[in-house]
Amino acid sequence: MTTAAPNNAAVMVTPPLPAGRTIRLGISRIGYEVRTYFRQGDSVFFTFLFPLVFLTIFSVAFSNANFGRDAAGHVVTAADYYLPAMLAAGLLLSGLQNMAVDIAGEKSDGTLKRLGGSPLPVFSYFIGKIGQVLVTGILQAALLIVIAATAFGVSLPSDPAKWLTFAWVFLLGVTTCSVLGIALSALPRTGKSATAVIIPITLILQFISGVYLQFNILPTWLQNFAGIFPLKWLAQGMRSVFLPDSFKTLEAGHEWNLTGVLIATVIWLVVGLVLCRVTFRWIRKDS
Amino acid sequence: MTISDAVVSVRDLRKTYESFAALDGVSFDIQRGETFALLGPNGAGKSTTIEILEGYRDRTSGEASVLGIDPHRGGIAWKARLGIVLQNTGESGNVTVHEQLSHFARYYANPRGVDEVIAAVGLEEKSKTLIRKLSGGQRRRVDVALGIIGRPELLFLDEPTTGFDPEARRGFWDLIGRLKREGTTILLTTHYLDEAEHLSDRAGIIAGGKLIDIGAINEIGGAEARIPIVRWQDANGRQERRTHEPGAVVAALMRDGSEPVGLEIVRPSLEDVYLGLVEANEAAIEDLELTK
Repeated sequence: MTTAAPNNAAVMVTPPLPAGRTIRLGISRIGYEVRTYFRQGDSVFFTFLFPLVFLTIFSVAFSNANFGRDAAGHVVTAADYYLPAMLAAGLLLSGLQNMAVDIAGEKSDGTLKRLGGSPLPVFSYFIGKIGQVLVTGILQAALLIVIAATAFGVSLPSDPAKWLTFAWVFLLGVTTCSVLGIALSALPRTGKSATAVIIPITLILQFISGVYLQFNILPTWLQNFAGIFPLKWLAQGMRSVFLPDSFKTLEAGHEWNLTGVLIATVIWLVVGLVLCRVTFRWIRKDS
Repeated sequence: MTISDAVVSVRDLRKTYESFAALDGVSFDIQRGETFALLGPNGAGKSTTIEILEGYRDRTSGEASVLGIDPHRGGIAWKARLGIVLQNTGESGNVTVHEQLSHFARYYANPRGVDEVIAAVGLEEKSKTLIRKLSGGQRRRVDVALGIIGRPELLFLDEPTTGFDPEARRGFWDLIGRLKREGTTILLTTHYLDEAEHLSDRAGIIAGGKLIDIGAINEIGGAEARIPIVRWQDANGRQERRTHEPGAVVAALMRDGSEPVGLEIVRPSLEDVYLGLVEANEAAIEDLELTK
């Protein structure tokens, strides 16, 4: 055979892949992931609307309860008290629970196998997943805050410093929870068992970390135990933004301890990244 | 043709699961532009072979080269040259046909046109339908579309037409014909022997993890297996004779002037040859076990 292509059969040559496609494809994945997320009714309810449902239930059920007073003597209502808790729960549900269940499902239904055989970089896939959580998490938090303010009369902080705290706790929390969710997706053996494996973990964390129950009424040993996990810290960070400053006396050490929030969350972020690196595979080879 | 023209090259491929040998020394080459069919019963090792070549499974021993690269080490640039249609897919399918193909097209440097591919698999009317709302055969056509969207040099098709109606299958055959003319190399597994006969240049028959025959479609099984068969009915029941001179046999039958009942002359199809080979292989294995 000569080097010239024979007339009857074309010779196919694949051009090289363009540079910078990892980021570009990652951004394209975000749009794709967000679109498919909102087309799945169950995940929209159990991860996106769940905190809003609970905020509504608590605000109505405990509408006569008094959660304390701020410095000016205004009563802190159930809605005031539970808004930061539900924002923290939203981070855990949209990030960790949604990611872990979603990816475990994609592993068992063949989505990841197809992607693994395509020239999609793993990093683009991760950008898509984390970006999806970021977009849906922002929408979720905005919805919670708007409804809390308009329907339940929650007064929002006016100090820009508080909103700055909110921004970094939110962004760090969303990223950490997503990364931990990706890592935890390795745990369920099948997509069907994913909710049964993951939801107990997130449910227990929510109960011991000051989401459903007031954190300061828990026994000290349980508070300390909850302090091992990131949710307790995220809830604390959110309380520092939305509750009156005087409420810090109810926290461990009588302070908001934002440095502690930062350190604990960053440690979990690093742990999550390492776990992802070690455990994530497109497919389990030889299964 | 030189050896460097081999797009796929496999030598003494073995895959062992604990004590079970799923593949037991398989060797073959696929030349550039060729369509090669891997045939065999369920569990014979077809999918194991194809998944090793796609990079999904590791081999226990032997050598494999796909587009000049060991599939075990194939990276992104290598995957960009492949098209893969897996045997089983069951994604949730919360995207439309058009959305899915446009999205996957972005992964490749020189993809085919999305509408062109949708038309090629006959899903124009379902273009804006969510994939989960499609029938099994239609979803399978989406799998095929995703396999070819990146304009692959080498296309793996693992039982691509399962669930297709006859019309869709004909449409698929036409599509494969066009891909071949463009120079695509194809590795196909199928249980439809007429499909293999129609589409492929060569075939390998695999049974019990071993390649029991390999050759051009019209030569596989050897000349012996292709001898025409004359069948008819007489007072003693159904008769069958393999002969190089079917005309002479029929003439002899008609010597008494009566028309033979149920007369037919058949040239064994690939399916007949295949079944003969697989049965003979099973019989040989049984004999071997009896003599042990």
